[in-house]
Amino acid sequence: MKRAKRRYLALQIDSDGAASRKEFMYAVWDAVVKLYGEYGASLTGLTLIDYDVERKTAILRTSLVTVNMVRASLASMRSLAGAEAAVHVLAVSGTIKALRKKLNW
Amino acid sequence: MQKRRVAAMKRDFADLHLRLNVKDSAGTSRLINKAAKLGYRLIAVPLAPETRREEVAKLRETCREADVDFASRVDLRPRTPNDLMVQLRRLRRKFEVIGVACENKQVARQAAKDRRVDLISFPLLDFRRRFFDRAEAELASNSLAALEVDVKPLLVLEGPARVRLLSCLRREAEVAVKSRVSIVVSSGVAVEMLLRKPREMAALAFLFGLDEDFALDAVSQNPCAIVKRNREKLGSGFVAPGIRVVREGKDC
Repeated sequence: MKRAKRRYLALQIDSDGAASRKEFMYAVWDAVVKLYGEYGASLTGLTLIDYDVERKTAILRTSLVTVNMVRASLASMRSLAGAEAAVHVLAVSGTIKALRKKLNW
Repeated sequence: MQKRRVAAMKRDFADLHLRLNVKDSAGTSRLINKAAKLGYRLIAVPLAPETRREEVAKLRETCREADVDFASRVDLRPRTPNDLMVQLRRLRRKFEVIGVACENKQVARQAAKDRRVDLISFPLLDFRRRFFDRAEAELASNSLAALEVDVKPLLVLEGPARVRLLSCLRREAEVAVKSRVSIVVSSGVAVEMLLRKPREMAALAFLFGLDEDFALDAVSQNPCAIVKRNREKLGSGFVAPGIRVVREGKDC
């Protein structure tokens, strides 16, 4: 079986409130399901790799073929844990190591 | 592949529809700085036709401080084709970008064939009054007018309204691509939190069927080309496309 290629997305959360890891992931899933439905969401293989509440950053993993779907869903997010928010993609990479190196994290 | 990636990295991104309240200087400054921070190099702000020159100069200065290029824009909402012609005659040489919100078919057709119009847009939620069909696209293609799509409704709408809008935009984008009409994707927002990075705008354009290159062109190359073309036309030495006065005098 061919190995599925993945991509890692470094995110910056622009919000006044502080969302927990669970709230953040719930909001991401909600955005993906709203735009692409449950079938589409099931193709993304979304996983939260890292989440820093203080720096308001996160690393998400998704399948390579659904990167654009995830980007669009993240761009469509308007609120997080009841507060107005925007999620910006800082970088996309094939490995976590390269992603961290790119952003000096 | 490498060449394409380098070209993509060199893009200058533009947002031709940033709604600012010129009277609120603090809010204006915040939004412009945010746009600069998100990676825009050029912004256009729709202004009222009677906006004073000092206000425009102040806006230009704020943009210069934020290291963003500023283009003045006016949005026209004519009721008849004749009304459109009158407004264009009056305002074309005063603004760098002219957008026309087409509220009926006659105006849409006139706007699409008039070379003085840069951007044409349609009512967002009144789907029966979106007149961008093949005939409209053919006219727009000959006159170099671009179809403007604001992403704000894609962010604020939910459920059936967004579904309907996406389906409409997908059809229009397909017609535009086939007829080689430029598409310009703009934000159309007035608040910071709704402002998105250029690549995120391109990702939202992916929702209505634009592929990656087309979507990136819609937030970089297409809007920049409009502003560049118009600045050249508004320059003092312009005669016709490709012809300009270099020197005047008896010894020429």
